[in-house]
Amino acid sequence: MLLLAKKLEQEIRDHGARDYPHECCGAMLGTDGDAGAREVRALFPLINRRDDSPRNRFSITPEDFRAAERAAAERGLDLLGWYHSHPDHPARPSEFDREHAWPWYSYVIVSVDGGVPKDLTSWQLEDDRTKFQPEVVGPERVAGQGEKD
Amino acid sequence: MAVKVLIPTPLRQFTGKQSSIECNAATVAEALGSLTGTFSELRKHLFTEDGKIRSFVNVYLNDEDIRFLDKENTRTKDGDTISIVPSIAGGSRRAGK
Ligand SMILES: [Zn+2]
Repeated sequence: MLLLAKKLEQEIRDHGARDYPHECCGAMLGTDGDAGAREVRALFPLINRRDDSPRNRFSITPEDFRAAERAAAERGLDLLGWYHSHPDHPARPSEFDREHAWPWYSYVIVSVDGGVPKDLTSWQLEDDRTKFQPEVVGPERVAGQGEKD
Repeated sequence: MAVKVLIPTPLRQFTGKQSSIECNAATVAEALGSLTGTFSELRKHLFTEDGKIRSFVNVYLNDEDIRFLDKENTRTKDGDTISIVPSIAGGSRRAGK
């Protein structure tokens, strides 16, 4: 489960709307609990570097990656994953997303329909890289889920 | 030469959750060899079957991509930091659409 406060979720939606019709992207920083719940504590918005096809692609340069890791380390947080938008496309990972994904990270996708942010989903790649599994996104811990006595 | 290797979060499950590993190495290849010798599960994530660094893995020595230095043969010195940087990309549709 991915804990994402409403305020941070709104920031991702706003970024998607702002960059429409281009794809937006950014890093999610937070804590990865042993009990199976990870919590996003801060976002690190990035510039989509794909000048050739920014409407249906995003890429994060190694420099941006390292800046995101440094930002996480400075705050005592981990780089938990990445968010990006799908302009006029459902909030489901594409084959291209899967081919370029890494295990462990959370991949949040927000669909932006005609400039208006709609669905927001999160996904994790299976360790054998064959497919993504949906990850529940919630604003707070649900009792009995991701908690140990 | 004591060098530090920074491990990105997706690969820390293979290093006992450690975010950096110290090792003795005179080149980048030696450092990565020492790392995957200790943590053998890392090997398939960093190297192809014929032992080349995978195309979506970038390796930095301090602030330089080793592709612009001497690649794996880049020499290291005491106190250097090697970063393993995954390529991150995605998109909504196939190319050409
Ligand atoms: Zn995508």
